[in-house]
Amino acid sequence: MTDTIRFVLDGKVQEAHGVDPTRTVLQYLREDLRRTGTKEGCAEGDCGACTVVVGELQGGVVVYKTINACIAFLPILDGKELITVESLSADGALHPVQQAMVDCHGSQCGFCTPGFVMSLFAHYENQADGETATVCDALAGNLCRCTGYGPILAAARRMHELPQAPLRGKMPDTITRLKKLQRTNDLALSFTCPLTGTVKRYVAPHSIESLALLVAEYKDATLVAGATDVGLWVTKQHRVLETMISLGDVRELKTITEKNGALEIGAMVTYSDAINALREWNSDIGELIRRIGSVQIRNSGTIGGNIANGSPIGDIMPAFIAAGATLTLRSGAKSREIPLEDYFIAYGKQDLRPGEFVEKVNLPPAAKNLFYRVYKLSKRFDQDISAVCGAFAFHMKDDVIIDARIAFGGMAETPKRAAACEAALTRAKWSQETVLLAASALETDFAPISDMRASAAYRLKSAKNLIMKTFLEWEGHERTRVLDMKATANA
Amino acid sequence: MPDASNNISVESRIKGDVREAVRHDSAEKHVAGTAIYIDDMAPPKDLLHVYIAMSTRANARITRLELGRVRSAPGVEIVLAAEDIPGKNDYSPIAGDDPVFADGEVFYIGQPLFAVAADSIEAGRAAAGLAVIEYEDRQPVVTIADARAAASVLECVEPMRLGDAQAALNNAANRISGKCNIGGQDHFYLEGQVALALPKEDGDVHVYSSTQNPTEGQHVVARVLGKQQNDVVVELRRMGGGFGGKETQPSLFAAIASLVAVKTGRPAKVCLDRDDDMIMTGKRHDFEIEYDIGFKDDGEIEGAAVTLESRCGYSADLSSAINDRAMFHADNAYFLNNAEIQSHRYRTHTVSNTAFRGFGGPQGMMAIECALDAVAFQIGADPLDVRLRNLYARPGRDMTPYGQVVEDSVARELMEELAANAQYRSRRAEIAEFNRCNKVLKKGISLTPVKFGISFTTTHLNQAGALVHVYTDGSVHLNHGGTEMGQGLMVKVAQIVAHEFQIDLGRIKISATVTDKVPNTSATAASSGSDINGMAAREAARTIKGRLASFAAEKYRCAPNEVVFRNNSVHAGEQCISFNDLVKAAYFARISLSSTGYYRTPKIHYDRAKQKGRPFFYYAYGAAVSEVVIDTLTGENRVLRVDILHDVGRPLNPAVDLGQIEGGFIQGLGWLTTEELVFDDAGALKTHAPSTYKIPTCSDRPDIMNIEIWEKGENIEESIHKSKAVGEPPLMLAISAFSALSWAVAAAGDGKAAPRLNAPATPEEILRAVDDVRRRATEV
Ligand SMILES: Cc1cc2nc3c(=O)[nH]c(=O)nc-3n(C[C@@H](O)[C@@H](O)[C@H](O)COP(=O)(O)OP(=O)(O)OC[C@H]3O[C@@H](n4cnc5c(N)ncnc54)[C@H](O)[C@@H]3O)c2cc1C
Ligand code: FES
Ligand code: FES
Repeated sequence: MTDTIRFVLDGKVQEAHGVDPTRTVLQYLREDLRRTGTKEGCAEGDCGACTVVVGELQGGVVVYKTINACIAFLPILDGKELITVESLSADGALHPVQQAMVDCHGSQCGFCTPGFVMSLFAHYENQADGETATVCDALAGNLCRCTGYGPILAAARRMHELPQAPLRGKMPDTITRLKKLQRTNDLALSFTCPLTGTVKRYVAPHSIESLALLVAEYKDATLVAGATDVGLWVTKQHRVLETMISLGDVRELKTITEKNGALEIGAMVTYSDAINALREWNSDIGELIRRIGSVQIRNSGTIGGNIANGSPIGDIMPAFIAAGATLTLRSGAKSREIPLEDYFIAYGKQDLRPGEFVEKVNLPPAAKNLFYRVYKLSKRFDQDISAVCGAFAFHMKDDVIIDARIAFGGMAETPKRAAACEAALTRAKWSQETVLLAASALETDFAPISDMRASAAYRLKSAKNLIMKTFLEWEGHERTRVLDMKATANA
Repeated sequence: MPDASNNISVESRIKGDVREAVRHDSAEKHVAGTAIYIDDMAPPKDLLHVYIAMSTRANARITRLELGRVRSAPGVEIVLAAEDIPGKNDYSPIAGDDPVFADGEVFYIGQPLFAVAADSIEAGRAAAGLAVIEYEDRQPVVTIADARAAASVLECVEPMRLGDAQAALNNAANRISGKCNIGGQDHFYLEGQVALALPKEDGDVHVYSSTQNPTEGQHVVARVLGKQQNDVVVELRRMGGGFGGKETQPSLFAAIASLVAVKTGRPAKVCLDRDDDMIMTGKRHDFEIEYDIGFKDDGEIEGAAVTLESRCGYSADLSSAINDRAMFHADNAYFLNNAEIQSHRYRTHTVSNTAFRGFGGPQGMMAIECALDAVAFQIGADPLDVRLRNLYARPGRDMTPYGQVVEDSVARELMEELAANAQYRSRRAEIAEFNRCNKVLKKGISLTPVKFGISFTTTHLNQAGALVHVYTDGSVHLNHGGTEMGQGLMVKVAQIVAHEFQIDLGRIKISATVTDKVPNTSATAASSGSDINGMAAREAARTIKGRLASFAAEKYRCAPNEVVFRNNSVHAGEQCISFNDLVKAAYFARISLSSTGYYRTPKIHYDRAKQKGRPFFYYAYGAAVSEVVIDTLTGENRVLRVDILHDVGRPLNPAVDLGQIEGGFIQGLGWLTTEELVFDDAGALKTHAPSTYKIPTCSDRPDIMNIEIWEKGENIEESIHKSKAVGEPPLMLAISAFSALSWAVAAAGDGKAAPRLNAPATPEEILRAVDDVRRRATEV
């Protein structure tokens, strides 16, 4: 049964055989199963109308996570449980999440509603609280154009007041069913497009060794991690992917290890899996991750994929380059380690040799004298790609900067260190004057472009100002971030 | 007609009466995923999927269009272009200038060229890519500035005039002028444009169309097919959001789906993906506004000259009425004394801009609100005082620039009550203190009112029809011309009918809007949905009720006015009988239990040549206070707190109304802050998906948001149950946030130079305005 995708849906094992491996979960649900409760609003992971919940066996219980069905390829469901909006009230009674949405007038046109219900359902299953900030994070990937969100936030509080529904993840049935679906062989799909005759192949190896062999053999295969980039190549750019190797089942790539403060993050570690360790490393990195995409995106998207993709506006790169990260690349049984910044050669060109893949990214321990900041500037706080992302790592001795590592995204055709700016600061006394010098050095480092996210002038100006912001925060100014601000209290 | 039930509405005990906070009729279905939108309908056998190929040039002659390879591509059933249209190649609402398929020339990037109907959308899209298309480019007119320079004008209109503005300006003690650019806005309804056409006998067609205007869809489909209107039925149960974006534009997709269906005899669906939707369809007009205000030392306006320039796109669409409404709202809630309001409507090589919640009103209102902030800045006054000083008041200060007397102004009461509740003044003082102590972050606060004219300004549109059937078991089937886009219209109208018959809401069946039940309807737009359809439905119900009352009076030998409908029963003199039994008895007595109802809004008229009249039946009011904070290093900003007091008259359904208020505010906030439409020099929209076009998310909603319906609200006109329309007005409450951002920018320059902020106030725009104000502050 290596060529059949099997997953649990509404308590039954659902089999999908002979499907196009780039068929999305959303297409499969809406068109093949005619479960049309799940909606398409954008087909790019940005609106959440397609949110479904995927359950995965982890340490004896089932962990539920939201994903964007619109950009998830069907094979990722293999061995998992899929929960859609229809599943929640399959027995006719509304789930507390649904009831709360009804009670609080959480729907108007209703088109976004199934997506919100599923995000809230995952929130419920994970026993997260109803605090506004927590809920806003849980819902950042769900757009509603009608309600203004207030009633939905109210529902997120209300759902905890209603009689509790049993948590699915703890149900023995679910667990047994999923255990049965765990495979020892690799899922391997082959599909011939009836229209064009194109053959598409998809294989999901289980070990790093077999991954290495496959990557060496199929040099032009597309590696698929969380598919939050790759998915869009299909749904937005309508590209045809012929050979795909999924990293999703490679156990070794899913680990994150901490050694004396240093972190090794496997290439298949998602943002959600990494956020706590990274927040520990530095709270600003934690906050950055919180603002990357949405819960749905972070549940699928990987740090390794962000790096491998090599986009000049990816957020991990500036943050990690400044932090002094290295990248481990593997080919066959051999690994090599390079400074992260060296990986990015030119726009769209990375130092990835044929047959090689990203194995892990390594963060050195955060030294005691490290002053670290990362700022993400975008039109909207949540679920928005950065116009500029600036990261600053200063090793300080009193008020002298012994070592400066500064990296920016959105300022050049690759994520890049600000060499001149670093030079202006290294071994300098941290002061308003050095800030100004360092800021003007940025003009040597970068000649950003204008696009729909920001003009060149804004990019340069705000990047310069971020140096000032870093300085002010180092000096101890508390009020420099609008996100920390509260309204003026009533007199 | 007997209407005793009206007197007992207070103590009525039916379930789901008017004024009850009844939930949306589809709420349970929304949350369960069982509410059916058009793309959710079971695909009919042999369904064709239609892909629409678009122009990649903004202004060009098509020199070659070869579709041979498209036609022979796998999976393709038919390819249709301009020459295949049997009727008129035009889907425009009024002006006759919107070709379904480009005919020799293209006028915007995204204009439909041809349609490919195939077994799957993928096959259609792939086939479309095989077309050979060549263009001869001409210089496109993209922006308002381009259009101004090229004198590319869509329509010229007379200014609105009150008194002598120029003389007042020349003689005024103080004078200030300024500008503001206001970006457009994509509707971003979550459900994209979609139409499904089923071929019927005789070449007729039944179209399911996600539209706010089924009647127009019907007319356009008939026109394009070269058929009579009675050959076409358009049906719609619900939209996944409309906001004006489904007022005129769905006709295009309904027409294309119908063409395919009629030509092939197979059902056909057009369902746009998000990018195509955003590229192909029109948006809120962007504006450049200019004001010149003469005022007394205390800020009282003596004269105002306002110029409103807008980008209309390549065709007229509804631009005429939209820009009219901008002019109608350039006074907002203020008496201008002497005024001249000019409007320049530019034709550009961009998508034809269209209706969007507020319909030009928001842009017009921005003009006067920006101006009043400038006046307050100039004289160093609290802008609230300047606003209060200039409100309409009776008598003497109640004449609008378009000749309507403002008889119902409640703005002062609302604003003062809100200022007190929200502790506006003390918070403003604290904010000034905060700004003195903080270098990086600056705060601002502002309270602005909304006065919004209710009625279609195109007078003939103010009519509505309904159809009510009572079945022999006493259950009721309700139909009317209004459409459901999430605004809760259906439940409100059902509440009105339940109230009329005095039966529980659950006895009333809400049904799809369909052109063969209620004909010749107007779009569900201009916030008028429940006002006019509610009246029509009540009329229909009253007709039936009148018949039932006469029947009961006769049967139980009492006077007809002694027949009282109350709580699912009917009291006739001494007798009490259930509604259901009365209905059954009436049926056996051969009493008609079905009726149409019709309504036209009274009192309104307008003479566009003179720019005078009474375009509005009444005004809806509201006011909001917003507190914001900006980061002067990055331009990042947040709205921290909002307090709203809004007048919905006597609410038909407070829950639905609150939803409209909050949703409208947040949508307005998006328009003025994060939502930026970026066109490149060639006229291509660069922000055509949510990855680049940012509507507010949950966390953009202010942490503190206090929304109240004004308890004293009551419509002085005879509106349905004394309620007021609520769809559009709250959107403009968000101007308070923009104004507050302006004041925060002013604080960044230590109040030494007037802020010049444009909308949307993105971080980039705020940083630009901060740097600008600081530069000018050091110059003085
Ligand atoms: C709605 C949305 C919001 C987003 N928001 C943000 C944001 O705020 N900030 C941000 O930085 N990014 C954002 N992204 C992009 C981000 O999610 C991706 O860059 C993600 O990190 C990529 O990881 P993945 O696992 O999904 O990679 P995939 O999509 O699976 O792969 C990405 C690329 O990396 C290659 N690849 C993956 N793994 C390896 C490997 N181990 N070795 C070699 N090559 C490999 C793939 O072949 C592909 O070329 C967003 C994306 C979406 C859809
Ligand atoms: S459809 Fe918008 S996120 Fe999937
Ligand atoms: S209810 Fe309409 S988009 Fe959320």
